[in-house]
Amino acid sequence: MAGWITDVPAVGSVLLTASSAGDAPARVQMGATLGFHIILACIGIAMPTIVLLAEFVGLRQSNPVALLLARRWSQALGVLVAVGAVTGTVLSFEMGLLWPGLMRQYGSVLGLPFGFEGVFFLLEAVFTAIYIYGWRRLGGWSHFWTGVPIAVSGIGGAMSVVSVNSWMNQPGGFEMVNGRITQVRPWQVFFNHASAYETPHMILAAYLVSGFLAASIYAAGFLRGRRDRYHRTGFAIPFAVAASLTPVQLLIGDTAARAVAADQPVKFAAMEYVSRTSGHVPEYLGGIYFNGRVYGGLRIPSMDSLLVGFSPNTRVIGWDSVPASLRPPSPTLIHLCFDAMVGLGTLMLIPGLWGLLAYWRRRELPNTKVFWMLGLICGPAAVIAMECGWIVTEIGRQPWVVYQRLTTAQAATANDVVPTLTAIVVLYTGLGVATIMLLRRMSRRWRAIDSDNAAGVPDPLVDHLDPLAGRRR
Amino acid sequence: MIPALVGSVLLAVLTLYVTFGGADFGAGFWNLVAGGDTRGERPRRLIEDSITPVWESNHVWLVFALVLFWTAYPDAFAAVASADAVPLWLAAIGVVLRGAAFAFSKETHRLSLRRALGAIFALSSLMTPFFMGCVVGGIASGAVSANATRSHSASWTGATSIFCGFLFVGACAYLAAVYLVHEATRRQDSGLQIYFIHRAQLAGIATGALSLVTLGELRGANGQLFDRLIGRALPLVVLAGACGLIVLAKLTNRGLRGLRFVAWLGVTAVVWGWGVAQYPTVLPGTNLILSNAGAPTATLDTLLVLAVLVLVVVTPAFSFLFWLQGRQLLSSEESEPTTPLPNRPFHREGSP
Repeated sequence: MAGWITDVPAVGSVLLTASSAGDAPARVQMGATLGFHIILACIGIAMPTIVLLAEFVGLRQSNPVALLLARRWSQALGVLVAVGAVTGTVLSFEMGLLWPGLMRQYGSVLGLPFGFEGVFFLLEAVFTAIYIYGWRRLGGWSHFWTGVPIAVSGIGGAMSVVSVNSWMNQPGGFEMVNGRITQVRPWQVFFNHASAYETPHMILAAYLVSGFLAASIYAAGFLRGRRDRYHRTGFAIPFAVAASLTPVQLLIGDTAARAVAADQPVKFAAMEYVSRTSGHVPEYLGGIYFNGRVYGGLRIPSMDSLLVGFSPNTRVIGWDSVPASLRPPSPTLIHLCFDAMVGLGTLMLIPGLWGLLAYWRRRELPNTKVFWMLGLICGPAAVIAMECGWIVTEIGRQPWVVYQRLTTAQAATANDVVPTLTAIVVLYTGLGVATIMLLRRMSRRWRAIDSDNAAGVPDPLVDHLDPLAGRRR
Repeated sequence: MIPALVGSVLLAVLTLYVTFGGADFGAGFWNLVAGGDTRGERPRRLIEDSITPVWESNHVWLVFALVLFWTAYPDAFAAVASADAVPLWLAAIGVVLRGAAFAFSKETHRLSLRRALGAIFALSSLMTPFFMGCVVGGIASGAVSANATRSHSASWTGATSIFCGFLFVGACAYLAAVYLVHEATRRQDSGLQIYFIHRAQLAGIATGALSLVTLGELRGANGQLFDRLIGRALPLVVLAGACGLIVLAKLTNRGLRGLRFVAWLGVTAVVWGWGVAQYPTVLPGTNLILSNAGAPTATLDTLLVLAVLVLVVVTPAFSFLFWLQGRQLLSSEESEPTTPLPNRPFHREGSP
């Protein structure tokens, strides 16, 4: 999915800065369109793998339920990828329409990873079309294999785009003379200093969002009393993917936080309320920063130093290291978003461990209501955690758009953005509502088909689905 | 050499977008003018069936073209994005509405909703090509200044821009109609075949006329470009005209073999005629030329590597997609498999 970069300001932070910054409308617009697109991008990156896994299970074990799920998921994926393709295009337009200063200066550098993303995007679109529309006529394993390039190019595309964002956090791989780029080293642009931790963190986030979201839909059905094999399988496949990656994500996230402390100390200072450079820095869980003090929250002495350098004496750089004009706005927002991301990520470990334990002991998922409620919560929780992570990385980099090179204000367009911002907010609200309504409608239709089936009415799709029926070409 | 090659790559990607993505927009035009529910049902069904599996892939060329534009010509891109912000926003909004409405209408079964979504799909299919045409017309007539930092209506509302906008709509509709003739032929639906033959003829004549008018306007707006169009780019201009006439003749004689290719070649010749005439300028009326457009050598080299990658990886994938689509192996889940419709002439309601 095309370009998610620059700025994800939450509306709250923008309200705080709107009075002072002329670039605020542009930032809100970028944040809104990106925050919307990123959910679809996650689904586009990771959902194909989950669909393929279901198809694999279905074909391998002659499991018609898994095959039916794969087929229905790919239909929903078709809608979501289409919406993602157009919202991604909007972001490509916005690169120029909102940030001409950035493009004029650095277009020839950050365009390179975008170019590779374009190749992956083309492959993804082509094979998605083949996969989604090929169910009827390309049966069995040959259909399965047409889906594999989608999963691979989804990961490749994500690597490319995230490397643009990580380049903005740690720019490198170019020479600049008198404000003009004179030399570019593409490999160093692509594999910049921050891409090593930012890229895997985002790709795993995409898997967590897709897996937990898909699972939560079936958890909701289960909680409403639909405790059949269809709902169990529909929950188990995506949940297993997301839950098994959650611990890995926490480890990578931990590494990334330490790397940010070294690479972008001011961002880290805002994340952890480090106002003064010192040792024995405490860790705050929650709390609001106001007038030089942290109100509320849980204070753990020396814990932040310990996390950063494995010793309570570790010196952590505070935001006093730079003048106030070079600090990000609202440490409270950044800190709370960071805490929310970490907290929700940790919460998401619980149902996975619980499910694993139950499966190990009884070969089935727990029947307890609490487990399925946790499964239901994990979907929205994963989305919130991912959005919070983007708020941290984007607001935390302010006032820079390209870290220590170009400020967001310098990059922003001189045009009035308020009209397009208004139009886009209306348009995207409609788009979001329509997408959700449509998915619900599809699900209701499928449920009606399933209850007809239970009543003995034949499903026109079923004979196409059953691999044993041998309808292959 | 390398700057010229990169320019050709951008032109090739634009060609692909115009001739494939453009045709999908053109199909939206025919959807719009297909008439009421009963009368328009069959052509709409054909339109939907033929663009459903391919429109997203065709659309991606636009993203690719944008990325190439800003990477190779960052100054020109920033100038165009600033001066032409209004039409670009409108084109982008059209992209969103078109794609979303089309994707949603396929999954919607209630008639009133489908009708509303169909209308959005059709109207937005006009919006995007029109405003993109305005942008291109403005660039070609030299109305965008190199250091533009603010939206400037004169850079896209000149006569050339507006005619170019209509020309884009016309060319899209023309290509779509020709492609749809082919689709109808393949489905052995002679009624729809005749239906789209008539429309392809009309669109062909309109597009030809619009091309001449736009060319005439360009003479006043950018004399140098006009001179080069009838100078060094003349062979391409002649080719475009010849292709248009051949298509019209073939449509009249019902000689449908190779029709799509000739129509495609004609539009391609227009795009390349523009490119050749404008060479080596990136933004006419400014000093931004291919070899001095802001990107360092390593960037241009990498873009060529990308182009090769597209050629060896993406082209086979696209061919595979079109091959499957051509053999009718791709169908949407809910619609019935596309059986040949009864072989009866297609008339308007009420006529025998």
